[in-house]
Amino acid sequence: MILWLTLAVNSIALGGLLFLLSAGFSLIFGLMRIPNLMHGSFFMLGAYFGVTFLSKGMNFWVAALLSGAAMAIIGGLIERFLLRRLEGQVLPQVLLTLGFAFIIGDICLMAWTGDPWQPATPDHLRGAVQVAGLFFPVFRLVIVGVAVIIAIALWLMVDWTRLGAMIRAGVDDAPIARVVGIKVSQLFTLIFALGAALAAFAGVIGAPYLSVYPGLDFEMLPLALIVVILGGTGSLLGALVGSFLIGFLYNFGQAMFPDLAYVILFLPMLLVLVLRPQGLFGRVVS
Amino acid sequence: MSRQHLRNAAIAVAIALLATLPAWVGNAYYVNIASQILFWAICALALNVLVGYAGLTSLGHAGLFAMAGYAAGLMLQAGHGHAFAIISALAVTLASTAVFAVLALRATGIGFLMITLAVGQIIWGIAYRWASLTNGDNGINVSTRPAPFGLSLASADGFYYATLVVFLAALATMIVFVQSPFGASLRGTRDQERRMNALGYNVWLIRFCAILFSGVWTGVAGLLFVYYNQFISPQVAALTTSAEILLMVISGGTGTLLGPVVGAAIVVIMKNVVSAYIERWNLVLGVIFVVIITFMPEGLVPGTVRLCRYGWHKLASRGSRYTKIGDRAL
Repeated sequence: MILWLTLAVNSIALGGLLFLLSAGFSLIFGLMRIPNLMHGSFFMLGAYFGVTFLSKGMNFWVAALLSGAAMAIIGGLIERFLLRRLEGQVLPQVLLTLGFAFIIGDICLMAWTGDPWQPATPDHLRGAVQVAGLFFPVFRLVIVGVAVIIAIALWLMVDWTRLGAMIRAGVDDAPIARVVGIKVSQLFTLIFALGAALAAFAGVIGAPYLSVYPGLDFEMLPLALIVVILGGTGSLLGALVGSFLIGFLYNFGQAMFPDLAYVILFLPMLLVLVLRPQGLFGRVVS
Repeated sequence: MSRQHLRNAAIAVAIALLATLPAWVGNAYYVNIASQILFWAICALALNVLVGYAGLTSLGHAGLFAMAGYAAGLMLQAGHGHAFAIISALAVTLASTAVFAVLALRATGIGFLMITLAVGQIIWGIAYRWASLTNGDNGINVSTRPAPFGLSLASADGFYYATLVVFLAALATMIVFVQSPFGASLRGTRDQERRMNALGYNVWLIRFCAILFSGVWTGVAGLLFVYYNQFISPQVAALTTSAEILLMVISGGTGTLLGPVVGAAIVVIMKNVVSAYIERWNLVLGVIFVVIITFMPEGLVPGTVRLCRYGWHKLASRGSRYTKIGDRAL
């Protein structure tokens, strides 16, 4: 019983992290139709930045925000100066982002060596809270809390603000949105930077829990991919549901069938592809 | 001499050079590199069927490549003979390619690419994590190479000739494939999917068959790989390998028959040269991708030619700078 509950808490925490990672991926994919294969690299590079800031004695949340800001700038620059030139060309976009994923991966290996880094959980988030005679680690709960807050903020932004309305207009019909005066290109850069920042932020938050090591980038990328295929592209709700589903499958799969855990992860994706190719919450594009 | 004669002569010279390669290269090290180029070229040709002729970009081909290698390795480990191992490996690859195709063809364009990437990662995950079957990170050793018709493939030369025969067979089937009515209808589905549908072609089936064809030749390349190295590890199924194969296809120029072969030669040679000096192959691979996409989107070979020509024009027209305003728009 205790084991299952611990697993459930871990699953929800991983789901929260995955949501932060895949929300940006989903927005970038949904709005810009860019398959951003360096999203896992943003996560890893952000985590490495955070680890470095933390080792300088910085506050945990400041380090996470700073790392997110740094990645927003890097992501924005890549979008503005390289990806922008390839608008509408899928293959070149894939190759460019894949190329950057390799470059970032190798630079991280050079700069931070091959040893895993695991920053200590910040002091005020250590320990556990006791609820109904059971102990829950505070830090995992905080991760979930942060993810939920960001999910709500993103939902409010997309559904209830002028900016969100412009984004939705850009998703639905970019040429017409341009005609009515929405600067779609600037929105693209903004969304891309936001996605990169969210990934980096997730990387720092996840670092005390997952630790940071070479190869983390290509481990997270397929997870973001599955979440988006599951939930449907461009759908925040889909990303949220998909993330928690994958979080549960990952942890329970690893506990029950350690050999096949990685394969089990992909089963819901296969089912969704066969039964509902647009994803659980995706819309059919006419 | 007409163009046709010239072309036939060039092909004859190329085959003669390839057939006598061990004699004029001399060193076993270089013969081995030639073998590597040939089996990677088979794989690149197979992927090019999808990327170049079907307009479907797969990032999961390393999975199929490794699938054949692992299947053969496991069969040999279980004590079966080479013939049985090879045939069953190809059967396993064909079956898994069929599943791969059914899943990936739920989408086209970006969706296709994402699904192939995910399926490729599943195969990597099986190879890496399912340690009781695949021996995990330690990989599988293959102790001997086969000896078809009593000819030993243990030496570098012997293996080279076997690879060359398979390569020529692959190239020949590719030529037949591309020029056949089926190849034409495949190009039709690439360029005008809806029109092909309206004309009564079964677009899904055409693509499905193309993926099967590509998968089988990828499996053959995987078999050659595992016999060449006599070892296979999850590294082979990793995304890096899929990216390398894709780099071979696009660096040579997609949708041509010679392009992937040239691309395979460039990538294999570069990988060997670069690895001799620095350990940063992934960095170099990434930079090549970015440079190709940014400066020569049509492929490394045509792109270099264009850039050289452009530079030459620049030099030649230095004296008359004001006459060529139109150049800037290009």
